[in-house]
Amino acid sequence: MEANIAIPSEKKPTWGGGGVKPFGASYGKMMMWFFIVSDALTFSGFLAAYGLTRFKFIDSWPIADEVFTHIPFVHGEFPMIYVAFMTFVLIFSSVTMVLAVDAGHQMNKKKVTLYMLLTIIGGIIFVGSQAWEWNTFINGTYGAVKTTDGKILQFVDSNGKQIALADFVLSSDKSSSNEQVNEGNSLWFVDEPAKSNYSIADIISSYEANTNVQIRTELIDLEKKQKTILSREKGAKELAKTRLVVEGANLEVNEYGNTIFADFFFFITGFHGFHVFSGIIFNIIIFFNVILGTYERRGHYEMVEKVGLYWHFVDLVWVFVFTFFYLV
Amino acid sequence: MAHTQSHTKRIWNVFWILSLITIVEVILGIYKPNALHLTNFFGTSPLNWIFIILTLAKAYGITWSFMHMEGEKTWFRRSVVWTGVFLIIFLVTLLLFEGDYLYSTLSPLVRW
Repeated sequence: MEANIAIPSEKKPTWGGGGVKPFGASYGKMMMWFFIVSDALTFSGFLAAYGLTRFKFIDSWPIADEVFTHIPFVHGEFPMIYVAFMTFVLIFSSVTMVLAVDAGHQMNKKKVTLYMLLTIIGGIIFVGSQAWEWNTFINGTYGAVKTTDGKILQFVDSNGKQIALADFVLSSDKSSSNEQVNEGNSLWFVDEPAKSNYSIADIISSYEANTNVQIRTELIDLEKKQKTILSREKGAKELAKTRLVVEGANLEVNEYGNTIFADFFFFITGFHGFHVFSGIIFNIIIFFNVILGTYERRGHYEMVEKVGLYWHFVDLVWVFVFTFFYLV
Repeated sequence: MAHTQSHTKRIWNVFWILSLITIVEVILGIYKPNALHLTNFFGTSPLNWIFIILTLAKAYGITWSFMHMEGEKTWFRRSVVWTGVFLIIFLVTLLLFEGDYLYSTLSPLVRW
């Protein structure tokens, strides 16, 4: 090893690169930056793959405004509001993070502690919001059906506003055939996909009975940038091809449209959420080190700066996820 | 490093700018004015271009101010920013062209 080191490293902290500072940046800070470059490329890979898939299905991609419309504790449709709130939480926690770094430069332990705590709280609120967002997405809102040729059909009223299956489907009385087979009432190795509350026959007969219900397909009218609504007759024809009742979204089916939209949603926001989660863990570790006075004794708060870089990066990624998932 | 001047005021300024940009984005995202949303400009709607430019502005604000890129040595900054920006533009360009090609090849086979 020694033969390869140009600068004698005795009596110097080898961990820090022997005290030599290329680019005037410390070893740890520089490596954090280079890690961020590589992580940024990972995220770009995901987002670019999302872009490719979206371009591939450009005429039938789900419209985000119709997918993410809920806010907690309030009924009704408010597209964008909740994600905007999440964005603010993350930007704000970024601000408290810089304030912590700034206070660190002045060796103000009390202020660093306070701002680190606020940053951690912001991160927890964000991850919690994301969990809520996932839960809403997985449970779904309206319900839809999937046809034998893999298309999702949604239901709208005469005003073109989407309605839920519960709003118009009358269930004929529950027969035993609709009972979910699972290991509780069958053999332990027998399982079947989750059954819906509504049978296909009920949906078709309810559609025929309610003349004001129409069917909306995934196809986007490129002039109006809205999903196409089929006439009653054409709708009935499509509905006859129903294979599956879909409520909510998961990795296999998605009531909002393309399944791969749900896959990308889970994958990208999940990967980002995991970054936020690990960021919170790092912040908590540093927070306790600040309280214990580790950096006070060390003479500088550079560790706060390093986790700060990571934390801002997570915020930076969210800015892009926000744009490409919810806005564009 | 220690006992340097506080930049609190500047930090809050950047915060207000970033918030303002986000508010503009959200308002545009909710109302989607037809003149911006339904027209076409360089392959997509002007609204999408506005979103992308505002996003890049936010990214600049976060990197330069919050991550303190402005204070780093010029070539350190470039080794990070130029590398990232070049590779991302490269990747995104190729993949979006490919996606467009897939659409033009596959969509005629889908019957709606």
